[in-house]
Amino acid sequence: MAAVPAPDRDPAPRPPSAEGADARGALDSFAEGVGQSFLQIAATAGGMGVLLGQILARLFPPRIDKTELWRNLYKMSVKSLPIVVVTALFTGAIMVIQAAPIVKRYGAEGLLGWGAGFGTLREIAPLLTALMISGRVGANNTAELGTMVVTEQVDALRALAIDPISFLILPRFISITATLFMMTLYADCLALVGAALTGDGLLQVTPQSFYNGIVGGLLGFGDVANGVFKSFVFGLVIALSSCHFGLSTTGGAPGVGRSVTATVVASAAGVFIIDYLLSFILG
Amino acid sequence: MTAPSADHPSGSSNGDVAAPLPPTGLVASLGATVLDALRAALELYSVFVRTLYYIFRGRREKGALIKQMFEMGNRSVFFISITMGFIGMILVYQSGLQLRRVVPDFTMLGATYLELLVRDLGPSIASLILATRIGAGIAAEIGSMVVTEQVDALRMCAADPIDFLLVPRFLAGLIMTTMLIVWASTVAFFMGAVTAHFTYDLSFQTFCNTQLIDVGDVVTGMTKCVAYGAAIPLVSGYCGLSTFGGSEGVGWATTRAVVNSSLAIIVLDFFISGAAFLIF
Repeated sequence: MAAVPAPDRDPAPRPPSAEGADARGALDSFAEGVGQSFLQIAATAGGMGVLLGQILARLFPPRIDKTELWRNLYKMSVKSLPIVVVTALFTGAIMVIQAAPIVKRYGAEGLLGWGAGFGTLREIAPLLTALMISGRVGANNTAELGTMVVTEQVDALRALAIDPISFLILPRFISITATLFMMTLYADCLALVGAALTGDGLLQVTPQSFYNGIVGGLLGFGDVANGVFKSFVFGLVIALSSCHFGLSTTGGAPGVGRSVTATVVASAAGVFIIDYLLSFILG
Repeated sequence: MTAPSADHPSGSSNGDVAAPLPPTGLVASLGATVLDALRAALELYSVFVRTLYYIFRGRREKGALIKQMFEMGNRSVFFISITMGFIGMILVYQSGLQLRRVVPDFTMLGATYLELLVRDLGPSIASLILATRIGAGIAAEIGSMVVTEQVDALRMCAADPIDFLLVPRFLAGLIMTTMLIVWASTVAFFMGAVTAHFTYDLSFQTFCNTQLIDVGDVVTGMTKCVAYGAAIPLVSGYCGLSTFGGSEGVGWATTRAVVNSSLAIIVLDFFISGAAFLIF
């Protein structure tokens, strides 16, 4: 039977390739592809920059819809708690399971709290929370904005002289950033709880000595602040890419799906690259 | 027979327009959550079993598997190489910082890093990244087929959507996730070696030390590859097939696919790691 027509990506316009100049055509199309993807990246970066400028212009002095802000904060933060709790508990447990053979090899039970705490607070908790929030909140936000764009609700707002940026975008932007910040604090605590419980069950390290390992002087406030600051920047990245791809949706219902995919991919790549840069700058 | 309530104009959930809900207390909402979770688990299990059945007994469509493998694998190589390269640099840099506070001896850094990479970090982080791309792609594609009634058309042609849509994606996910994870771990290790060379003056010979790797580590890592590779397309395909509610529903399905595949990866990681620790 015939193939179901998949919602295909927008086909790049190909130059009509002449029969004779095959190698020439291949080279041309390669150069064209490179140029096109370069232009696309430039358009994305520029669009995000312009959007950030528009958001900042409405932030000082704040012109923001309060009801929308509260609704979005509830929908994004409170509703994300369950997955953050599950992720954080399991993450802490996995950290201890991975450290277990090394701890046993060197007999360093007293250092378990420090080892798990260092990795969790500085890297793993902010990073995994950012991935989960970008999947749940960022993608959802893009889908909502994208649907509004393709059903022309955003144009309707403009026709009613309501500024879509301060009515739609700014509350979401603030909510996503605040959500990630708060969820990272939760995830830090819960991951340490999960790690302590696993250490107790697997390695017979009592929660007391785990706690002593954490507060024993090798970990400072700087480590916690490092992770929390990172999560703030991750929140900005996720919020910006999610709002940008939502607003620039084109092409009806399949376009919404494409925008969502673009958002999660851009958020993940952006979070990892920025994590690297921040680790070096703050380290 | 109850009168249709005014505030439920259309079937808000999967088509049953019936009784207006009685006032729910805490216990009732808790029970509803548990029942929903159980029902989803049962359906996911049935999708899994039917996928396995159709792998052996189903009709083959020529080229579908290759197309999906290209779509998932080749198109993700660039993305996964970039992200895992950065991950490798971060991991080595951070563990060097951590190591410097306890013992100023960097000779075992590479060996320990390689062991962790093979056993857990490579498969888990790479597949968490892949889950966003592959999972979102599968759910968006199948979801828009569902809301445009192409899946119903398939059923009318006596083709099970699981055989026709899910089996190629499942096989492609299984094969390409494993390959991409091996490639991504190699990239992460190489970038880690470069970082160690330039940041901590560690020579490549010292860093590329395989003496801590044993059979258990490799088996654990490969088990994780296969488990994640099966979990991502299954969970995302299930989320895509259970799409409802028009174009907005496709967005919701995509979100659920990404979140649930990530959760599945983390939970599987916990159980496989625990089992591996107890066995080896």
